[in-house]
Amino acid sequence: MSDAEAVARHHRAGRRGKRAGRGVTGTRRWVAAVFLLPALVLLGALVVYPIVFSVYRSLFDASGDGFVGLGNYGAMFSDDAIRTALRNNVIWVVVAPTVSTALGLIFAVLTERIRWGTAFKLVVFMPMAISMLAAGIIFRLVYDQAPERGVANAVWVSVHDTFAEPAPFPGAKPRPNSGLRPSGGGAFTTKSAVRAGASGSSASSGPSGSSADLPLVAVRQSDVRDAKPAAVAQPQPGKITGTAWLDFTRGGGGRPKVIDGNEKALAGLTVEAVKGGAVVASATTAADGTYALPADKADGARLRLPAANFAEAYHGVDWLGPALVTPAIIGSYVWMWAGFAMVLIAAGLAAVPRELLEAARVDGAGEWQVFRRITVPLLAPVLVVVLVTLMINVLKIFDLVYIIAPGSSLRSANVLALQLFQSSFGTDVDEGLGSAIAVFLLLLVLPVMYVNLRRIRKERAR
Amino acid sequence: MTTVEGAAAEGAVGRAVPAKRPLATRLAARTGGGALRVFLVLVALFWLMPTVGLLLSSLRSPQQIAESGWWQVFARPAGITFDNYGRLLENEKVMGSLLTTAAITVPATVLVVVIGSLAGYAFAWMDFPGRDGWFMVVVGLLVVPVQVALIPVAKLFGAVGLFETTAGVILFHTAFGLPFAVFLLRNFFAEIPRELLEAARLDGAGELRLFTRVVMPLGGPAIASLGIFQFLWVWNDMLIALIFADSGSPPVTVALQQEVRQFGNNIDVLAPGAFVSMVVPLIVFFAFQRQFVSGVMAGAVK
Repeated sequence: MSDAEAVARHHRAGRRGKRAGRGVTGTRRWVAAVFLLPALVLLGALVVYPIVFSVYRSLFDASGDGFVGLGNYGAMFSDDAIRTALRNNVIWVVVAPTVSTALGLIFAVLTERIRWGTAFKLVVFMPMAISMLAAGIIFRLVYDQAPERGVANAVWVSVHDTFAEPAPFPGAKPRPNSGLRPSGGGAFTTKSAVRAGASGSSASSGPSGSSADLPLVAVRQSDVRDAKPAAVAQPQPGKITGTAWLDFTRGGGGRPKVIDGNEKALAGLTVEAVKGGAVVASATTAADGTYALPADKADGARLRLPAANFAEAYHGVDWLGPALVTPAIIGSYVWMWAGFAMVLIAAGLAAVPRELLEAARVDGAGEWQVFRRITVPLLAPVLVVVLVTLMINVLKIFDLVYIIAPGSSLRSANVLALQLFQSSFGTDVDEGLGSAIAVFLLLLVLPVMYVNLRRIRKERAR
Repeated sequence: MTTVEGAAAEGAVGRAVPAKRPLATRLAARTGGGALRVFLVLVALFWLMPTVGLLLSSLRSPQQIAESGWWQVFARPAGITFDNYGRLLENEKVMGSLLTTAAITVPATVLVVVIGSLAGYAFAWMDFPGRDGWFMVVVGLLVVPVQVALIPVAKLFGAVGLFETTAGVILFHTAFGLPFAVFLLRNFFAEIPRELLEAARLDGAGELRLFTRVVMPLGGPAIASLGIFQFLWVWNDMLIALIFADSGSPPVTVALQQEVRQFGNNIDVLAPGAFVSMVVPLIVFFAFQRQFVSGVMAGAVK
């Protein structure tokens, strides 16, 4: 509580009176009792009694009739949902306070000598004033999966698409019985090997059955709107040639596995020749759908259409999916609380003696050295207070998780306070278990309570 | 150590200029200063972006929200509309919930200040057996998580008819605000000069008069910090409201939370709703920055 004391001390600066009282001239005891009564009654009924009741209740089963001893505490550590919550709480307690404090430290130090530092601090501190519900709604929108709504994915997708070409024919498949089979991961490979000298549908009539031709279906209309008609691949010396085309005639009438009528060419498709699992040659289909592979390398190989041809359009990262939901929510927490760390640290920084820093600089220390060797050690007590405060705060994190995590990943984002809420008032009510979690949370903050009490006692003794 | 040597060398060269700091450091401050400023501006924009996104979303029609991101506003600023807010004002559920929130927050703040001041004064200036012991108990309660009290108080309130009532929510917030209030105010009141109190006593002021006319006015700064902190704490609370508030007329956090379940189709309700719920805290924040900062600094342990 040294922060609270610091504030109190700040308020009473310059107004130091004599030591607080042995009582002002003869107060009657019943007067003191009247002054204290409302506070003690409320604290007793709504804070102290609940602690006792929770400890007691945690020793009984869900119905409240059967005594189970420490059974609920055992169940806490064997229940899958609660184990997830515990694991997430550990991640929260380690990551969120550390990142918030680190950012707060950086911001406090960097803004110290900037004239508009106050404006900057105001911006970063502002989220502290709003509710976790509002922050949750704000970040639910930031993390929205749809790149046209969520700004995180909008940025991510546009960065991704600058570096990676989108797939030419998402969702396309080989015509059934065409000899192309799924070979795992979304790729397709021919059943039989291609032979040099053979070519695709060299005779334009008659079903070719040649393994060098690649008839596909299920191509999106929008992907072939401007495509040229497919051409029959001509045999070339020293090459294995074939055609990839959309084996589907609009309005019907086309024959399967034959390039007929105005069936569309599939340009830009990657075709690989694979021997014994290794790619020996590869080619890309031309505007008319034809491709040519060097026969000396590809002879006897199977043809593979790699998955990259058919990958669905990139929709960005599933921020709120089961894998990333906890880090994503921690991000929103850091957004809210880095300002808190910054303001406390800036207050501590203001108390660091200027001369010390100047002296170090005159002695030739670089800014980084001054920061590492002088500023941070001098700020250590403040940093500890900030870290501990944030850790206590993070232990009880509830609103952000409850609001930001979509129903589908709520289980993956579970934390103790959320589990407690679900166990006590949610769908799977078990008050015994809920009380055990509550007592567990209390146990986790007991060391801080102890430190507070010891410090007060020390100050009293002075 | 190259930087140090470099600095020394340049210091020797630039002897003509009266150098208080090594030249290298000053150079770094000059050139690095520009980069630093750019960096800080970028960070500030980054920090503002999520809120701005929600604000701009609240100013777009449902159709625009469905079709494109809020950043498209910068391409076509003409698309801005206040229709969402207009519809929100007619939305009785949300507007009523704001009244409920106010009806919870104001009494919970006043009660904490009054009850906390009474106890803080007693702990600071009255003599009674076990005073320090009682005060230690209060300090011990500072870090007790509200979660511990949810089930027991729900049962207790159920038994006395306070469950799902505004009064129940107020009492809960008051009780959990008290340890910090008593702690802060006791420390503050204890620094009031004894002579002042004794003089008032000699003038014939009774205990109550002493409290209302001398102690409370002198405690102004601490009471302001406490009041603002407690006000924002209660206004922004969702958990306690979720459990203890009347589900028929819930406070704004609960009303909006129910909307979040259909997130995606109702951004035109959620975005302006969230903003309306933020208006009061933000006004308080900008109007009472200093008190808010000291209150938050002192009270975040909760």
